[in-house]
Amino acid sequence: MKHILTSLAFFVLLIVAWDLFTRFADVSPVMFPSPLNVGQYLWQSVQDGSLFSTTFVTMKRLLIGYAIGLAFGVPLGLFSARFPVVHDTVGQLALGLQTLPSVCWVPLALGWFGQTELAMLFVVVMGTLWSVVIATENGVKTMPPIYLRAARTMGSTGLHSWLKVILPASLPYLVGGMKQGWAFAWRSLMAAEIFVTILTGFGLGQLLHYGRELLAMDQVVAVMLVIMAIGLLADRILFSPWENFLHRRWGTGALR
Amino acid sequence: MSLEQELINVAPESIEVTSVSKSFVGARGRTLALDNVSLSVAEGEFVCLVGPSGCGKSTLLNIIAGLEKPDTGTVLASGKPIVEPGRDRMVMFQEHALFPWLDVIGNVLFGLKLKPGLSNAERLEVAKYYLDLVGLSKFQHANIHELSGGMKQRVALARALAPNPRVLLMDEPFAALDALTREQLYGDIQRIWEARRKTIIFVTHNVREAACLGDRVILFSPNPGRIRNEFKIELDRPRDINSVNLANYSSQITAALKGFINREAAE
Ligand SMILES: Nc1ncnc2c1ncn2[C@@H]1O[C@H](COP(=O)(O)OP(=O)(O)O)[C@@H](O)[C@H]1O
Ligand SMILES: [Mg+2]
Repeated sequence: MKHILTSLAFFVLLIVAWDLFTRFADVSPVMFPSPLNVGQYLWQSVQDGSLFSTTFVTMKRLLIGYAIGLAFGVPLGLFSARFPVVHDTVGQLALGLQTLPSVCWVPLALGWFGQTELAMLFVVVMGTLWSVVIATENGVKTMPPIYLRAARTMGSTGLHSWLKVILPASLPYLVGGMKQGWAFAWRSLMAAEIFVTILTGFGLGQLLHYGRELLAMDQVVAVMLVIMAIGLLADRILFSPWENFLHRRWGTGALR
Repeated sequence: MSLEQELINVAPESIEVTSVSKSFVGARGRTLALDNVSLSVAEGEFVCLVGPSGCGKSTLLNIIAGLEKPDTGTVLASGKPIVEPGRDRMVMFQEHALFPWLDVIGNVLFGLKLKPGLSNAERLEVAKYYLDLVGLSKFQHANIHELSGGMKQRVALARALAPNPRVLLMDEPFAALDALTREQLYGDIQRIWEARRKTIIFVTHNVREAACLGDRVILFSPNPGRIRNEFKIELDRPRDINSVNLANYSSQITAALKGFINREAAE
């Protein structure tokens, strides 16, 4: 309770300071909107439904890209940890590509796919996939080998040991990797939405982009707040249950 | 298979190790972990392997478990060659090796679920029976990290017993526990060995522990790993670790152990 009050007081103070600054400092209200302006924009975009429709478009892209990234990243990471030939090929590739900031994929995506949904998806998948591969591989490699030996004496082999031993034993790292993958997907999608302007769907990143073009900084700041809120919420909804499970069972949290 | 049949004591197996050698290539070159080791263990016998660390005790146990292959020599279980791990020979490791992603009963069920011919309800019954046998029926749904060291080893014992193996291979299972907890477990393991006849091969570097538990104590020496000596312990059971007669045996064994260690140091 004390922590919540401390945080609350801090943010109230921050907003008050922001408000005072816009009132008394000599800044253009267009370039430096007050909290009230931002609040007004938010309220109006909720009323006309534009906030929800843009959020929906963005979330759809994000979830599809993230799901594809996981669906390929987790198995590739597992194989990379267990088979040297996969590690020496795909694993090395992942190690290199993972260092690329996701915006770097945008020019290539635009060149290959033009201003399409596919370009957007490509950027998100590339932003997610490699970090998931690396995190999964690390997880499996860090797994104590005694688990597999114990399982073998009880008759576990092949697919059974993959599903019932290797995968759950790497869970703390997998959750860490999935979290990191989520953060990367989110960042890369925003980059993609700002740079790729398409007619098939208008997302939060595009709202940000047009806010700048129209010099509507209240819109820019409001959208930034929404993006932040979604990030926090996703963390709670997607990862908290896993982390609670890990905490209960292992006595630890997710590992990076 | 019905529940009654499942819980019936299976016939224990004999183990016949003949001229087994095994070497490892490591950072410090080649180590001969086992040099021409032969050992036979009768059905239902409790045999303790004792020796300083690095004399190949774990290696021999892993070979009997089927987790590793000898370079030369043969290992038979009831006359049949051991080629891979099997449910008839269960292992208890020094680090409990329990799965942290499962709760206590989940761990005991792991091996049972891989055993054909039982319904899930029967498996649960069997798991509960063994948890009860090690005195942990109240902790079915506890998480592994919540248990004390001694309780973890009890769960590991229940997990090893659950598929009803003929042979139990135990690799320094109590080494990391405090003396008091260990004393309790000496009582438990003897009681369980009486109740569910198994052949037990028990590795330890604690001479007293070996004398307390074993029908026979086999003495190993390192570099290369060899069997040096053998003692028959003719004491009634259940044995008390603090009894005077036991102390006589253990000082005899310790003397032998020191004997060949000193001789080696002198060479
Ligand atoms: N996988 C391995 N790789 C290399 N050397 C090993 C391996 N396993 C055991 N050894 C070596 O073999 C010898 C016997 O080991 P071990 O059977 O573990 O002995 P103990 O259980 O009696 O302490 C030691 O010198 C050890 O270093
Ligand atoms: Mg050992």
